[in-house]
Amino acid sequence: MNETYMAVAGFAQTWGLLYFMTLFGIVLAYALWPKNGEKFDDAAQIPFREE
Amino acid sequence: MAKSHARMITIEEGFFALFLTVIAFVCLIIAGKTFDQVMAFHTGIGALFAAAGVFYIFKNYFEGDQQAVPQEIDGKPNYNLGPIKFASVAAMFWGVAGFLVGLIIASQLAWPALNFDLPWTNFGRMRPLHTSAVIFAFGGNVLLATSMYVVQRTCRARMPGGVLPWFVVLGYNAFIVIAGTGYLLGATQGKEYAEPEWYADLWLTIVWVAYLLLFLGTLWKRKEPHIYVANWFYLAFIVTVAMLHITNNLTIPVSIFSTQSVIVWSGVQDAMVQWWYGHNAVGFFLTAGFLAIMYYFVPKRADRPVYSYRLSIVHFWALIFIYIWAGPHHLHYTALPQWASTLGATFSIILWMPSWGGMINGLMTLSGAWDKLRTDPVLRMMVVSVAFYGMSTFEGPLMSLRAVNSLSHYTDWTIGHVHSGALGWVGYISFGALYCLIPWLWNKKSLYSLKLVDWHFWLSTIGIVLYITAMWVSGIMQGLMWRAYDALGFLEYSFIESVDAMYPFYVIRALGGALFVVGALIMAYNLWMTVRHGEAEEADTVPAGSLAAAE
Repeated sequence: MNETYMAVAGFAQTWGLLYFMTLFGIVLAYALWPKNGEKFDDAAQIPFREE
Repeated sequence: MAKSHARMITIEEGFFALFLTVIAFVCLIIAGKTFDQVMAFHTGIGALFAAAGVFYIFKNYFEGDQQAVPQEIDGKPNYNLGPIKFASVAAMFWGVAGFLVGLIIASQLAWPALNFDLPWTNFGRMRPLHTSAVIFAFGGNVLLATSMYVVQRTCRARMPGGVLPWFVVLGYNAFIVIAGTGYLLGATQGKEYAEPEWYADLWLTIVWVAYLLLFLGTLWKRKEPHIYVANWFYLAFIVTVAMLHITNNLTIPVSIFSTQSVIVWSGVQDAMVQWWYGHNAVGFFLTAGFLAIMYYFVPKRADRPVYSYRLSIVHFWALIFIYIWAGPHHLHYTALPQWASTLGATFSIILWMPSWGGMINGLMTLSGAWDKLRTDPVLRMMVVSVAFYGMSTFEGPLMSLRAVNSLSHYTDWTIGHVHSGALGWVGYISFGALYCLIPWLWNKKSLYSLKLVDWHFWLSTIGIVLYITAMWVSGIMQGLMWRAYDALGFLEYSFIESVDAMYPFYVIRALGGALFVVGALIMAYNLWMTVRHGEAEEADTVPAGSLAAAE
């Protein structure tokens, strides 16, 4: 049981952390990428473009 | 005598008619053979509802429009508003009912004679009735109504199907009736926020899958290439709630004729699954879904785009990836291994970031338009709601820490915390959304009275403040009394002494609740008058006949 815990904890503290940081990096890059700025400004206007 | 019809019965109508007929017969058979009176009652209701559904499908087929409903009228999408109208009226009805039951149980705690010594009116049965009525009946119908409205408008497309949207809305409310009456009659799984028994859970699963298909189908039909951020939050809410509901309700019925069931998880695993479910019901039902409301209705009402669309993207992904891990903080000092509850607390602290990011995004949407807070009580309500969101998401992670939890757990502090989120955040953003939505749905220029909204706002704000301050004081007092030792190492107070000391705070809390109920009644009156007597919107903004067609 203890070995299982150590293995899971070891995995979470290394690869789990890396996985989360990578995902976060991807999200940040996507959100802040200068080329996407125009697209997002346009998307923010969607609620006012109805009818 | 055979009258020729312009159209064949659709596959959708045929499928739902057949499905509901089967349900009705299964219910009838179970009702006839069961030994369990609650089961007989519930399957009786089920048979009745299913039969009524079949009746209305055929009534609509024979008497309704003989042409297929147009997707567009004069080049504008022909939005389907009928089911949304039903859900928003149901939300107001269940809201008032749920708040009232809350007031009753708050009064029962102050004056236990109000339990009336009857099993059905006992606190233990009324309490889940209150929580489910406000969260699932009120909140759920608000989410159904707003999600169907927002996804159609921001995709500029009509919801798919004719029976499907009605099946989702009516099926969900049938679940509410089954769940609510079940609690009063004593049918419960005994899991917080997951009390409905196995057959109600099965039915909800079917309805929820239909809801997911309806939502995805609308996205699929969209004319707008980008999917607006509110829809992302709605989708996360629908998908995650499906996952949580199924995992936490993997039960095996004792018999198909019995209301009783046994969960497949055992011991501490069951507790962990339950609080993984319980905390994510808060995270995805009461947060993600209502954040979707914030991202659509606050910009609409303030007439400004959201402060930062980029922040909303980071907010979304951070929130959904972190929230799902926070559940174990409900199980400090239990049989759950310490590392698991530490993990839960750690993720709860990390949650400060996305929560406050979202709050800032909502509040800053008003930058440059703060003067509107003075003149528009509806917008004020939504902004105060976002402020309450910030407050309770600050308090929550604090309470998830083991040291703070050792004082706060099992005390009224928890109740105060939950209600600052529920009354302040969820309640106010829902009120704001309904105040916007009702005039839009019924094609009215404005609300019947903004003055009454002002009254609603101030009465219920005072109510919330009374409620949460009373519970803070009572909760911390309770926690301190339980852990007080005398010089010889004995407990200073007996349990009943701590109960006795809470009396004044229970009275203050009930008073706060009463103010909140009065506010909701004013709102219901205001909305009723808006629908009945409100001034109609100019004819040219909405194509003639679109409402009738949308029905």
